[in-house]
Amino acid sequence: MIRTVQSEVRSAIRRPGGLQIRSWVAAAMLGLSLLLPYWRITLFAPQYPGGLRAAVYLTKVSGESSEISILNHYIGMKPLEDAAPLERRFAVPIVLAGVLAVAASPLLGPRAGRLLQAPAVLFPAGVIADLAFWMWKFGHSLDPSAPIRIEPFMPAIIGRGAVMQFSTYAMFSGGFFLSAATALIALHNLFHWSRR
Amino acid sequence: MRIRWIAAGAVVLMLLLLAVAGGRFGGAAATSAPDLEGLIKARGLTPDQVRAAVQTFVPPGKYDEYLMFASGGQSGQVLVFGLPSMRLLRVIGVFSPESWQGYGFSKETEEILREQATAREALTWGDTHHPAISETNAEYDGQFLFINDKANARIAVIDLRDFSTKQIVRNPNAYSNHGAVVSPNTEYILEGTQYAAPFPFKHVPLTQENYNKLYRGLATFWKFDRARGRINPAQSFQIELPPYAQDLADFGRFESDGWVYMNSFNTERAIGGTLDKKPALETGASANDVDYLHIINYKKAAELIASGKGTTVNGIKVLSLNDAVASGVLYFAPEPKSPHGNDIAPRGDYIVVGGKLDPNVTIYSHKKVMAAIKDKAFSGTDPYGVPILAFDKVVEAQVKIGLGPLHTQFDDQGNAYTSLFLDSAVAKWTLGAPYKRGAEAWKLVDKLPVQYNIGHLAAVMGDTAKPGGKYLVALNKWSVDQYSNVGPLFPQNFQLIDISGAKMKLLSNTPIGLAEPHLAQILPIDKVKSWATYPEVGTNPLTMKADPNATTIGKERVVRKGKTVEVWMTAMRSHFTPDRIQVQQGDTVILHITNIERARDAIHGFAIDRYNVNLSLEPGKFETVRFVADRAGVFPFYCTEFCSALHLEMAGYLEVAP
Repeated sequence: MIRTVQSEVRSAIRRPGGLQIRSWVAAAMLGLSLLLPYWRITLFAPQYPGGLRAAVYLTKVSGESSEISILNHYIGMKPLEDAAPLERRFAVPIVLAGVLAVAASPLLGPRAGRLLQAPAVLFPAGVIADLAFWMWKFGHSLDPSAPIRIEPFMPAIIGRGAVMQFSTYAMFSGGFFLSAATALIALHNLFHWSRR
Repeated sequence: MRIRWIAAGAVVLMLLLLAVAGGRFGGAAATSAPDLEGLIKARGLTPDQVRAAVQTFVPPGKYDEYLMFASGGQSGQVLVFGLPSMRLLRVIGVFSPESWQGYGFSKETEEILREQATAREALTWGDTHHPAISETNAEYDGQFLFINDKANARIAVIDLRDFSTKQIVRNPNAYSNHGAVVSPNTEYILEGTQYAAPFPFKHVPLTQENYNKLYRGLATFWKFDRARGRINPAQSFQIELPPYAQDLADFGRFESDGWVYMNSFNTERAIGGTLDKKPALETGASANDVDYLHIINYKKAAELIASGKGTTVNGIKVLSLNDAVASGVLYFAPEPKSPHGNDIAPRGDYIVVGGKLDPNVTIYSHKKVMAAIKDKAFSGTDPYGVPILAFDKVVEAQVKIGLGPLHTQFDDQGNAYTSLFLDSAVAKWTLGAPYKRGAEAWKLVDKLPVQYNIGHLAAVMGDTAKPGGKYLVALNKWSVDQYSNVGPLFPQNFQLIDISGAKMKLLSNTPIGLAEPHLAQILPIDKVKSWATYPEVGTNPLTMKADPNATTIGKERVVRKGKTVEVWMTAMRSHFTPDRIQVQQGDTVILHITNIERARDAIHGFAIDRYNVNLSLEPGKFETVRFVADRAGVFPFYCTEFCSALHLEMAGYLEVAP
């Protein structure tokens, strides 16, 4: 068994086939996605001529998030930095495990290989679900003693939304698209598992 | 046949109706939105005025091309304008408390006004005259601005990163001053005493004998430490001068580097005494036909001071008049009496002097001055033994330009612009070789009336090695009939002039209704790299670094130590934390406040009612306020800068228990 794997690995590295190349490209893109934002939101209001921008990475929130948090406190919303603490903490090991799994899978035969690529297919959907969960949670746990009381709401995850004088525009960003490309390649691999 | 006529008649009738209807519609359109020509006609504007309006109009949201720093005169402040719009962009608190900026209210700015506590009392006003932008290679670098206070012989340092005053130094041996100019690389800021006074600073009865013997003028060279952004008095020095009224000065550059030219008046040493039937100071001071242009080798003076010559008087090194004369530091050249401007041409080769009471500008050649010194071409000495260079050996040219010439600025085409006080005009004239040659040289080429009594004038970088041309601002002392009346204290009148063409063109008037400015300096707006917010949260504006007492969310606290209550507070929209402070009457209260905002323009004020406290806390700024809670009561404190929708709610209480 081990000898078979070793020889497969050796031959795959010497003369990589389509499956290997696809998988390694997919793994690289997934790894790269850690460095790019998955989601961006821009808030527009008259007194912010260039808009207020925040970018959500798997590990952090960057941009003018402190200003957005200051504004959010008026409607009793928690600061953005409070969102998804566990996810942010474990994002790097989880993604790196995924990178390793996708990279190693074409060397381990169809069954183990498919099993290892399957999580990558589901990953982007999971990110969306988690983002939606936190948006819903933030929009529905507004501090009732806040200066401005508004009905609980679900912020728009894609496209345009509106809160008070702000209009928002949200869209997935580079990191998400990389992970989605990984997912598509992994899906293709699941259906067309071959050596060459 | 008849039918044809009827048809033709009907057609004509319809055409007529159409014409009438069309005319009516056309007319209606014209009255609801008059076209440009209609508007110009309705406002009675001439084509030149329309051109000037278009040339100076800056549309909403667009920026000006140049910044102008103007002295704020008796307000003690500096005014910042945008050109060509001439809109006032900022006032910078310098010598007077300025409540909007909290200048003079925080511990940090109070220390500046008290000159780091060396002053006996904090003076609450100043008479700012001559702004000087810091220079590198004799060009404005836009990093610092210096300005003098004529009334109290002080110089202030303003950091242009945050447009705020960082230091005030008081001349320890002078009462008044005139002029603040910088050396080509801002090693020194030069301050001339205006009115001679007992030296050192003390009381000496004002008699002619005492005046001649014991009163002195001074040239003070303040050493600037650019890395620290402060004047270093320990490395500064003074040169003792005869008791004349030393006036405006300019540093040489390139061939004249190392030298300073400085005007003087009252070389007659008049001291007034009108009630004793003696001539008034103004009469006595203009009895002689000439005064003395001071020619100072300051590099040599600095070397002498460094080598141990000179004595320390009230904390500053002074090179004596005798030493200055003996070692070739000081020479005089005759100049038309009661001169005012003393301006060096861009290449450092010519010195232009405007003799107020003489219709000429007198141009000296630095090369000729050096040759005359070498050849000892003296026409005599003054009563203190200072050699006087022979006038005809040092003068390059005299150009007759009009009455009351004062100050001169330059453009990039070899032209000079001189203000004519008595003529109320600006004269444009040409410099000689290498700027202009042959018949083109030393000629009056244009004159533009200004309204009225022009003092200084400022052209774009017009006193540097690289003048920019394009615009010139006339700083007029009288406005007389230029503005609708707002009481007998008339606004000053700034006039923007286009100098890009052969003929000067007046573009706009700007009333200055807060003081009488003197000099201004103009530079391209992109040369000034200023901050929109303090780069680090908790930046102390004095050190420009994060302060150890700056605090952040969750770290706010109140600590009592004996009779002192210290509070570490944050400010952000729309609350101060803490918002309740309890002290006992007689406690010393120290508030360390940090504006933790990062958004530009998210400014908070901090005022305590009845305790004479108001701070301006720009995003990221840290300041301290310290006072003794000597009145019992419950005093609201609140944000004085409308920061947010809940700005009025940004408040709290200071409880002072009896």
